[in-house]
Amino acid sequence: MPRITVNVDGTEYTDEVEPRMLLVQYLRERLGKVGTVVGCDTSNCGACTVHLDGHSVKSCSVLAVQADGHDVTTVEGLAQDGRLHPLQQAFHDNHALQCGFCTPGMIMQALDLLAEVHEPDDQQIREGMEGNLCRCTGYQNIVRAVRDASQRMQPGAGPAVEHAPGEAQSQAPVPRTPADEHVETRVTGGRQS
Amino acid sequence: MTSVLEPELGRARKRKEDARLITGRTRWTDNLTPMGTLHLAILRSPVAHARITAINTDEARRMPGVSAVFTGRDIADEQGSLPCAWPITEDMKAPAAPPLAVDKVCFAGEAVAVVAARSAAEARDALDAIDVDYEDLPVVLDMEAALQPDSPLVHDDLGTNRNATWTFDSAEAGTGGDVEQALSSAEVRVDRTFRQQRLIPAFMEPRSVVVDPTGEQITMWSATQVPHILRLMLSMSLGVPEQKIRVIAPDVGGGFGGKLQVTPEEVIAFVLARKLGRPVKWTESRSETMVSGHHGRDQIQKLSMSATRDGKITGLKVGLLADMGAYLRLVTPGIPILGAFMFNAIYKIPAYHFSCTNVFTNKTPTDAYRGAGRPEATFAIERMMDELAAELGVDPMELRRKNWIAHDEFPYDTVAGLTYDSGNYEAATDKAVELFGYQALREEQEERRRSGDPVQLGIGISTFTEMCGLAPSRVLGSLSYGAGGWEHASIRVLPTGKVEVVTGTSPHGQGHVTAWSQIAADRLGVPFEDVEVLHGDTQISPKGMDTYGSRSLAVGGMAVVSAADKVVEKAKKIAAHLLECADDDVEFASGRFGVRGTDRGTALAEVALAAFAAHDLPEGVEPNLDADATFDPENFSFPHGTHLCATEVDTETGEVKIRKYVCVDDIGTVINPLIVEGQVHGGLAQGIAQALFEEAVYDETGTLTTGTLADYLIPSAADLPEFITDRTETRATSNVLGVKGVGEAGTIASTPAVVNAVVDALRPMGVNDVQMPCSPQRVWRAVTGARESSVTAPEAGGGLGSMDVQGGNR
Repeated sequence: MPRITVNVDGTEYTDEVEPRMLLVQYLRERLGKVGTVVGCDTSNCGACTVHLDGHSVKSCSVLAVQADGHDVTTVEGLAQDGRLHPLQQAFHDNHALQCGFCTPGMIMQALDLLAEVHEPDDQQIREGMEGNLCRCTGYQNIVRAVRDASQRMQPGAGPAVEHAPGEAQSQAPVPRTPADEHVETRVTGGRQS
Repeated sequence: MTSVLEPELGRARKRKEDARLITGRTRWTDNLTPMGTLHLAILRSPVAHARITAINTDEARRMPGVSAVFTGRDIADEQGSLPCAWPITEDMKAPAAPPLAVDKVCFAGEAVAVVAARSAAEARDALDAIDVDYEDLPVVLDMEAALQPDSPLVHDDLGTNRNATWTFDSAEAGTGGDVEQALSSAEVRVDRTFRQQRLIPAFMEPRSVVVDPTGEQITMWSATQVPHILRLMLSMSLGVPEQKIRVIAPDVGGGFGGKLQVTPEEVIAFVLARKLGRPVKWTESRSETMVSGHHGRDQIQKLSMSATRDGKITGLKVGLLADMGAYLRLVTPGIPILGAFMFNAIYKIPAYHFSCTNVFTNKTPTDAYRGAGRPEATFAIERMMDELAAELGVDPMELRRKNWIAHDEFPYDTVAGLTYDSGNYEAATDKAVELFGYQALREEQEERRRSGDPVQLGIGISTFTEMCGLAPSRVLGSLSYGAGGWEHASIRVLPTGKVEVVTGTSPHGQGHVTAWSQIAADRLGVPFEDVEVLHGDTQISPKGMDTYGSRSLAVGGMAVVSAADKVVEKAKKIAAHLLECADDDVEFASGRFGVRGTDRGTALAEVALAAFAAHDLPEGVEPNLDADATFDPENFSFPHGTHLCATEVDTETGEVKIRKYVCVDDIGTVINPLIVEGQVHGGLAQGIAQALFEEAVYDETGTLTTGTLADYLIPSAADLPEFITDRTETRATSNVLGVKGVGEAGTIASTPAVVNAVVDALRPMGVNDVQMPCSPQRVWRAVTGARESSVTAPEAGGGLGSMDVQGGNR
């Protein structure tokens, strides 16, 4: 069986995997990263969206072996030092989730969208989130949350900037721990076309 | 002194539930795998109707990792028949419904064999090695064809494809006059046939079940809306004592009625776990969900409405055919009956006749789907109101105003036999009309019509009501439903003064933990953060009727209120004892018991500690501060509202765009406006999806051709508009909170609003119906058909006859 080394949420893992094992299966079943979920078998729903080297991918459409030597970020890698990522905070503040099953994928996709378009308008958000399906919210609050997060996040500052409610937007990114620096460089990349 | 807390009711609290869900710390059933678990994979029939002449599982049994392979015959004695809780009539024909097919399959996707293996992948691999011989039987897919005397039979032993016929007549019931007389003497009469297409609930989390038989009880985790009902039904259909079963619904990812069920897979997993003596787990693929999870809607609706020339409705006759699919599931035959009470909607209709024939076909079984019977009814009556308005040449809004129940006429006994307790259709409508800019849009519509703009503007109205809060148990009893509709809650004030609320409802995204916390905090005068809500586990929450039909707040929330009131009552006695005064001298406010006319008092937390210590309690008072309550309302609740939709319809391409959507809902008292708004948004998306996007389509062999999310068009963010939502508040009188229920309002109201808008845009071209979903192709064909028929015949338009029913829509 092929041997792979993958950095997931800042930790390096080396494993032997079946060639047919999907990245999402590897994350869930081998690493216990159950925040990422599977909603369909046709890559339509987007619930399994994670970042591979800073770009959003549907992890049901990537083989675990394809992640060998690469960096993966899941929803579980976003909150730092007990503080929510601004996108997570914005989803909470705007009631952008109900059952929450699509939410990790939505957040990871929105993060990629905001890396490419810093201040998207509603139409850009709707089109940017088109590959992620939600059955509960009717999307309106998701659009609000992404717009809200885009305002909270300093353009180009990366994902871990967090503003407490009511706090003025800081110009400087929040300092990261050494383990996170690795994450920062890859999550700020452009959106995969 | 205790600081006074702000009122919780009506406060836009952010949800307690979110913290775990946004960080990925979730407990979906598929996340759970007990040690020693065997994974199940289910082989499904590729054909819609066939005899199984042979199944060879020998090779599959020898595959790597495989522990066992079972067919229906192997477990025939143990698997029971899937339960149906709603026998509508004594003459109802109900087939046996084995979870795993024995000898015969009746729809494509029916479970035929099951493999238990070391891993899910190995179990799935082994499915390919199972050899099944099918002897094809003729299929029947169309409801009307299924009722013909020479039709193939879905179930030979029933001798018919008719499941049941249910009728209601206002003259017989004494609730109104004679419809035939109204129709035959009508000044104006409108007859229409509508089609409610088949839909797939398509909750985002695929179904999953884990069964562990190794404890004193058999524990089942399932992605279900109904853990309590599931436990009871497993016990009754499998003969396992109820107290030996524990069902847990952990995080559940959506439901919409689609997880209101006792599924074949749950039963199969339960039987296999017992047989194998090991934990088993089954998680479906999305394709399995689509083909084997139940579907919704699927009715042919024939309506006749009579009226006077000046627009007063005099009678309504409704004839339904409802597709059951191949089997009856938990409440399948009851779904169209729920609609029977709602066809008269908000209108004063003097004579009403309803009949419904339930039909078996070789398709996936239908059952509850968001709104369950009421969206179908609301669609039909609201389309009829527009058709009558067109016939009379009046504005459809004016026609509605002329016929609806006025605010000062409540409570109102309807022709269908319900009593609407309260409502204010005028207020909701006036507000919606203003937000929408009705007059300006009508003027723009006129202008576009005059100029012959290829993109026409249509305005759709839907003024609706629904019945929520199922309960009342005595009414369910009168309909022969096999259970009641009460709801249960317990409140435990812990020795530290913190509060545990146990609810019998089983939320799956609605936010009960937050809303119930608000109710309990308000009622007990404790901080919101001090309340924990426990649910979804028959061991923690031993009694309940679960979550469906927008019943949770109006019934379950009310049980929380009752339990809180009982706690306060008990605490008052203890407080009086501690404060050495008479019970009547104690007054309770903001979490504090005070002695009237003094500044002496004690906090709820102190009373709780005293009740726990139990050193010094009044005579006859049991230790601990807690209470149970069961609530069963006297009446349903009746949310209502006015939804307005403007669509731009391209008459050359058939494309429909929603230009503006406004709704004003009246759901009574609001506990949490944030949650309410979210529920309305989601409901609108699902109702609009029925109007414009979604349909389960079968080909002529009975194969579901929309069996994946690539084919079944769930709208994305890019497909939906921004909604403008607002509210009026008319309190319900059936509960002290005055709440009505909000989960289904958006879905029920939006479908007719959108379709009325599409038809309104095209009416000058002679179109009087477009079958749902109003896809570009359907709209284009309606336009083209109307143009062609206007050359050859005076009557133009769509209607069922001119549209394909089973064909693809994209």
